[in-house]
Amino acid sequence: MTPAIELANVTKVYRRYGGRQFSTLKSALLQRSILRDLRPSETFPALTDVTFSVPKGSTYGVIGKNGSGKSTALKLVAGITKPTSGTVRVVGRISALIELGAGFHPEISGRENVFINGIMLGLSKREIQERFDEIVDFAELREFIDAPVKTYSSGMYMRLGFAVAIHVNPDVLLVDEVLAVGDEGFTHKCLDKFAEFRRRGKTILLVTHSLNLVERFCDEALWLDEGRALSHGDPKRVVGAYLTKVEQGEGQLLAETTAKAVEEAGRDGLGRQEGRDGQEPQEGPEQQQRPADPTSNMYQAVEGRWGSREVEITDVALLDASGQQSFVFHSGDRVSIRLKVRAVQPIDDFVFGIGLFNAEGVCCYGTNTYLEEMNPEQLAGDAEATFSIDSLDLIEGTYKLDVAVHKRDGYPYDYHRLLYTFRVKSRTHDVGIYRPRHQWSFSPHIRFTPRS
Amino acid sequence: MLANLASLVRYRGLIQSLVARELKARYRGSVLGFVWSFINPLLLLLIYSFVFTTVMPNNVAGVQPYALFMFCGILPWNWFATSLSDAAGSLIGGGNLIKKVLFPAEVLPLVSVLTNMVHFFLGLPILILFLIIYRHPPDGWDLVWFPIAVFIQLVFTAGLALALAALAAHFRDIRDILANVLTLWFFATPIIYPWFQPNVQRFRTLFNLNLFTHLAVSYQEILFFNGPIGHWRWLLALGAFSIVQFLAAYWLFDRLRDSFAEVV
Repeated sequence: MTPAIELANVTKVYRRYGGRQFSTLKSALLQRSILRDLRPSETFPALTDVTFSVPKGSTYGVIGKNGSGKSTALKLVAGITKPTSGTVRVVGRISALIELGAGFHPEISGRENVFINGIMLGLSKREIQERFDEIVDFAELREFIDAPVKTYSSGMYMRLGFAVAIHVNPDVLLVDEVLAVGDEGFTHKCLDKFAEFRRRGKTILLVTHSLNLVERFCDEALWLDEGRALSHGDPKRVVGAYLTKVEQGEGQLLAETTAKAVEEAGRDGLGRQEGRDGQEPQEGPEQQQRPADPTSNMYQAVEGRWGSREVEITDVALLDASGQQSFVFHSGDRVSIRLKVRAVQPIDDFVFGIGLFNAEGVCCYGTNTYLEEMNPEQLAGDAEATFSIDSLDLIEGTYKLDVAVHKRDGYPYDYHRLLYTFRVKSRTHDVGIYRPRHQWSFSPHIRFTPRS
Repeated sequence: MLANLASLVRYRGLIQSLVARELKARYRGSVLGFVWSFINPLLLLLIYSFVFTTVMPNNVAGVQPYALFMFCGILPWNWFATSLSDAAGSLIGGGNLIKKVLFPAEVLPLVSVLTNMVHFFLGLPILILFLIIYRHPPDGWDLVWFPIAVFIQLVFTAGLALALAALAAHFRDIRDILANVLTLWFFATPIIYPWFQPNVQRFRTLFNLNLFTHLAVSYQEILFFNGPIGHWRWLLALGAFSIVQFLAAYWLFDRLRDSFAEVV
């Protein structure tokens, strides 16, 4: 099949003119550098050696995080910008849903704007005349069509822009994240319209963050990352690869957050100790005796670290099933929390405690060795304590972790409050604070088909 | 470049509707609407009449009534000056179009020029009305030159507008510089004083280098002065120059075209 869109080794380098300081004619004249200023002084590669082709009649999705070059790719296909090197070839009439209603003039009526916008998009007056009613009905703006566009709500504005662009009847439709424009009903109408386009054998190039849409809708997908095509082909596979990468990135971010929190808490703790020894001796013991049982002070969601450090928690790690440190888990994964501790002197009164909090600060679960009826005998030198969860039955979200070592009466040795952050991912978007192991069963009269 | 130039013809529908839109949008929401296009030049003419007949009467022979004489030059000057300042901001103002829609950028400065040409045309009836009131009708044969002068001014202005628009997208200062240059240019052109004054004649070469002089003088000869137009050689020379200038400006615009989507 002949490709409708073909990009071969396309590189797009954005130039910044005149560097950091915004170029002005005066400075250009003073430094006699007009010609130099018209040449790029700083460059930024938005796309690097990207090659892909979209067969005629197929729907092609482009995914990637912000700034990965998706919109640049779309603009190149639309012909709005030219590639720095490489070739872009498009067969047939293009309509780009990049910015809806880009050419609308606020002072004049919707009706006049439809005509002018249509002409801008390449329709003739007669063609617009023929489609006018259809456009207005699609935008659901019949009663407002003669009002100036400046009186429209942003939703109305977008709907009208979308309606005009979609009625250009292109061979190639470029869509940039525009499905977020309307309410539920309008979004469905747009999707129906896209489906109709597909049936009529038109080519659609879709740039979106909605991975769901790509999986459901696209024949092929392309994943761009920092201007490079990392993977293309089957949408399910590409989306999967993308998600894995996103998780890695998230994990890294969480690792940094955690490291920062721990470091700050460490500094905080020192400061507090000074305070206790110095000006405010009477407050010291109170602080020392903060409640150590994580379940009893869940309303106190302030992160920090305190304690006498007779036993110090030197390292906290979340480990996945293979024993690797990780920050992102899937619901149902096996997870262990490993504490490395060091006791300055051997002691015989100690309790290990764990608390799990969700993003709202609600304690999802808290326990300690004393509650679980373990009587301490001895802790000396360097040691490790591991808390294992066979199946992390939490719903999707970000969670924080409390870990502590304290005396049976609550006197804290080392208390780490909400310092460790991890994320739980889930395919199911259920709600609540925990997910019990469950299954549905039905009598034979009830039947379902799996949703793809 | 030539292919692009040819495509301008294809965009005439677009240019047409954009000009219409500008005109409509300009007076939308005002009570008098389009009447303002007549009232504005009328008020201008009345003010000049009052100033130069009552406040500081001007009795230079051969240019009476003085207000009418000035008006013949000011109308085309306004078209010229407003076109250029509109055009200088046109790419920046239309940034949304250039960045988000496949849109021929050269249309924007040209629309500025054409919109102001329409305003110029709307001022003409006021001029004609006063020419009749003052019993100062122009020579019939001279009027043949009028469309020629208008066309030459159109090409001349369009060329400058293209170049300014393209450069102003890169150097925003141009818009401010332009405002001052235009003020200077206005007073350096024989519009509010006749070109045959001895002081003007003394610096004849300089005035001849000011290209708008030839347009202003031509309009005055066509519309105001009796007798055959004596400035036609200069006018035609300006016409030839304007075409070259337009092509050069278009070339410059075309060269910078790909950068517009990135700088506006």
